Amino acid sequence: MMHGIMANAPLYAVLASALAAVAIAFTGEKHRNLRETWTILASLLKFGFIAAMVPGVLAGVRYEVSLVELAPGVSLALRADPTGVLFALSASFLWILTSFYSIGYMRGGKEHKQTRFFAMLAVCLSATVGLALAANLLTFVLFYEILSIATYPLVIHKESEKAYRIGRQYLVYAITAGLVLVAGTALIYQAAGTLDFQGGGFLPPEAGRGVLVTIFLLFFVGFGVKGGVMPLHSWLPAAMIAPTPVSALLHAVAVVKAGVFGFVRLVGFVFGPGLMGKMGLSTVLAGLAAITIVLASFIAMTKDDLKARLAYSTVGHLSYVVLGVALLTPTAMLGGAFHIVTHAAMKITLFFCAGALYVHMHYTKVSELDGVGRRMPITMGAFAVGAVGLAGFPGTGGFLSKLMIVQGAAEGGHTLFMVILLASGLLNAGYLFPVFIRAFFRSSPEHTSYDEASWFMVGPIVVTAALALLLGTMPDAIFHFFGVASEAVSAVVAGGAP
Amino acid sequence: MSHIPVLIPLSLLVSSLLALLAGLRSPGWGHKISLGGVSASFLFSLAGIRAVLRDGMPLRYALGNWPPPVGIEFVLDSLGAYMTGIITFIGVVVLVYAPRSLARETPGREVYTYPAMLLLLTGLTGISLTGDIFNLYVFLEIAAIAGYALLATGDRAAPVAAFRYLLIGSLGGGFYLLGVAFLYFSAGTLNMADLQARLPDLVENRAVISAAAFMIVGLGVKMALFPLHFWLPDAYTNAPSAAAGLIAPLMTKVAAFAIVRFFLDVFPPSFLTEALPLVSTVGWLSAGGILFGSVMAVAQKDYRRMLAYSSVGQIAYVGLGLGMANPVGMVGGLLHILNHALMKGCLFLIGGSIRYRTGITQIAEMRGLGRLMPWTMAAFVVAALAMIGIPPTAGFFSKWYLILGTLEAGNWWWFGVIILSSLLTAVYFFRTVEMIFREPEEGDPVARIGRKRGAGVTGVGPSPEVQLGLGGATEGEREAPLSMLLPILVMGAAILAAGLLNVAIVNGLLAGAVAHAGG
Repeated sequence: MMHGIMANAPLYAVLASALAAVAIAFTGEKHRNLRETWTILASLLKFGFIAAMVPGVLAGVRYEVSLVELAPGVSLALRADPTGVLFALSASFLWILTSFYSIGYMRGGKEHKQTRFFAMLAVCLSATVGLALAANLLTFVLFYEILSIATYPLVIHKESEKAYRIGRQYLVYAITAGLVLVAGTALIYQAAGTLDFQGGGFLPPEAGRGVLVTIFLLFFVGFGVKGGVMPLHSWLPAAMIAPTPVSALLHAVAVVKAGVFGFVRLVGFVFGPGLMGKMGLSTVLAGLAAITIVLASFIAMTKDDLKARLAYSTVGHLSYVVLGVALLTPTAMLGGAFHIVTHAAMKITLFFCAGALYVHMHYTKVSELDGVGRRMPITMGAFAVGAVGLAGFPGTGGFLSKLMIVQGAAEGGHTLFMVILLASGLLNAGYLFPVFIRAFFRSSPEHTSYDEASWFMVGPIVVTAALALLLGTMPDAIFHFFGVASEAVSAVVAGGAP
Repeated sequence: MSHIPVLIPLSLLVSSLLALLAGLRSPGWGHKISLGGVSASFLFSLAGIRAVLRDGMPLRYALGNWPPPVGIEFVLDSLGAYMTGIITFIGVVVLVYAPRSLARETPGREVYTYPAMLLLLTGLTGISLTGDIFNLYVFLEIAAIAGYALLATGDRAAPVAAFRYLLIGSLGGGFYLLGVAFLYFSAGTLNMADLQARLPDLVENRAVISAAAFMIVGLGVKMALFPLHFWLPDAYTNAPSAAAGLIAPLMTKVAAFAIVRFFLDVFPPSFLTEALPLVSTVGWLSAGGILFGSVMAVAQKDYRRMLAYSSVGQIAYVGLGLGMANPVGMVGGLLHILNHALMKGCLFLIGGSIRYRTGITQIAEMRGLGRLMPWTMAAFVVAALAMIGIPPTAGFFSKWYLILGTLEAGNWWWFGVIILSSLLTAVYFFRTVEMIFREPEEGDPVARIGRKRGAGVTGVGPSPEVQLGLGGATEGEREAPLSMLLPILVMGAAILAAGLLNVAIVNGLLAGAVAHAGG
């Protein structure tokens, strides 16, 4: 079974974009078509390697690669388990679309330093897939830190004083989180003597309550910053100063999901649901996530800037995943894991639309969008699909994942969380629907005829919107997203090596 | 009897003398001989590492065939092999780098600089290898005197700074010598192995206790242990870049190593932790030094001064590891000797290249360097990330072992200090990174340099691209000469390699030596 090229598939999946970054840097602005070819090629290859592992992973094969020893007994090791593959699959698939979209966006907007942009984006994707497929906590932390650092040049891309200021804020958050994570990892190493992820957790309860609570707090900060859990979220809306493809792929899919993915690993594979529940830590986590969901929605309503509104929406939706995981019931966890994928598809659609509006019309505010649906019907139609999905209407991916989280909450007897989840659907509609309602149902003399953005941008928008719908109607049809998510949860429940 | 232990310092010493004689006739030959000598020493060090790894026991060498304790003994054990490997590697790299940089910064003094560099390396390797505590003093002073000479050749303020260092350093050396005398009178031997055998019976002896205190204070001055660090920032800031690149990574580390040597191989295991808890004092002072150095580095505007204060903080990591007095913490401290030597050496050499190409020493003027010298700046980013402790660079792994050490020791304060100082390090390095990769503005030094060169190429008013030296014709001129760039890139690569190979280094050379640390 494990022979030939597939034996090292996780490694190739990580390396594909890392090598592309080098090629991009050396090709440079002079040969920009060749440079973009590297990006596209790497994104296809990367996705290919991950997608090729799916059938095997569903059949119970675990592709493992172990490189050098990082610390005594802990190797730099990758293992394609269902949980990791789920995240890697969604990130790498959306990278393909983002690559096309970025070409349209960067060239349409005549952005500077495009080589750095494409190279760093590729590095970020390497790190994302690396941490998704990490077999142990140290490997995870390693890629997590690379991801933090590699995002910085993208955040300051504009190079205005404001961008630098936000970049500094971002670094303070990211580096603090990274250090805290290293500290937590060291504590775990001390307490458990191993760092290998195990379904159902590997932390020994005998480590003592004080140590375990400290570990939890350190990891809460470490993952919470990236995952935008309040009160650690404030860098994320600020980071929207980055170019829209970055906001779309990194600040809706890869980087922020790395944080919530961290929570999945923490609850499912480090502490284990049993220990989390017994210590009452899951209640704390769920409570903070629920507060974030509600508050973020209210703040989103107050934002006229479209990207800021989407950013707060992201803050809220990330906490759906955290909440799903923290509820600890298998159904809720499945919903949370699946929400990683569905939210990615829906939110990237919305960001893509925001970017198209910016590049094509220079619109950044919701209040400017009156009647734009007539000019850009495809873009705004896709926006409507994404918005409806995030609100959780039946037929969209968002409906399924939210339903499972609610159901899981019901199974666990958490009535309060059920109410919050249902109410937040309405809140989502409250801040997202006005956007496309304005675009379609108000008229403006400026917009009379059809005039869409470049197909480099519109194409990916259509694909992601379609994906959002498909995930709701046939969740297992494309790339077995649902099947992989189910496998991931059974790995937690069953215990043992994931 | 293998001659490797003595060949390592001897090849340096001999070529130092030859280089001086040859250099007086032709400066070029002085450099060639120096480079040859240090390369030979590096190869001997590699052979030494191989021999130690193969045999699993130290190579002992009785100087002049006088058996110890009468004669002086050289002992190439795993720690000694580790240290000489680091020292001679940095030596080779810096000597490749030095000629162009010295010619620009201290023209006409190269003839004396190379022999002084080799003498410094002789002293440092000698300290790492000797098995005799008086001989250690001799090598300590050889290294110190060569160091004063090197530091004094720098900028206008350098002689004063070096003179201050000389006064303080001599005091430190004097303290150490006093300790040696006390030990000799109470134990009757100077040989380390002999002392280790005899001292357990003498732990109550007042003379032995004061000897230990004198020695640690003396070596503490030499390693710039806070608050005995005050000679360091001025001395490093004004030194020639190549000399700083040689001294900053090595000199204080070797003094710290000498303390480790006394802790592990001379005094009884529990003597410095229980009878006379000097080790934990060193640890607390180091914790203070880490914070002090980091805070001061944040406040600096001069690149070299920032690195100097950073060194005060970083050397203290070695002291902190020692202070934990447990194997994993000691491994962290010892590993940091290598990691910091690579990182700080790389950073000082980068500073020299920047100065060579642009004359810039102030961080605020560095805007646009990322365009002018992309390769050098890529190495800078790697070194800076390593200083902060971002994986997979080397800096992460020493901090990892140190953090584990604090947990083992149950010392949460030190745990907090490591985390906090990493944050501060991030502040002062990212401030520089941000500046380097900004676009140069009209009137910036970097833009001026670009214009001069650009105008020569196009003959007309330079376009922005040409101004920055981006035109194809000026491609090769942007970076420092290859003899300076290559050492920097080698160091950058070594920072990554040392990180990924840390387990091999730890298991091969360090873990065994510290296995019984702390009793």
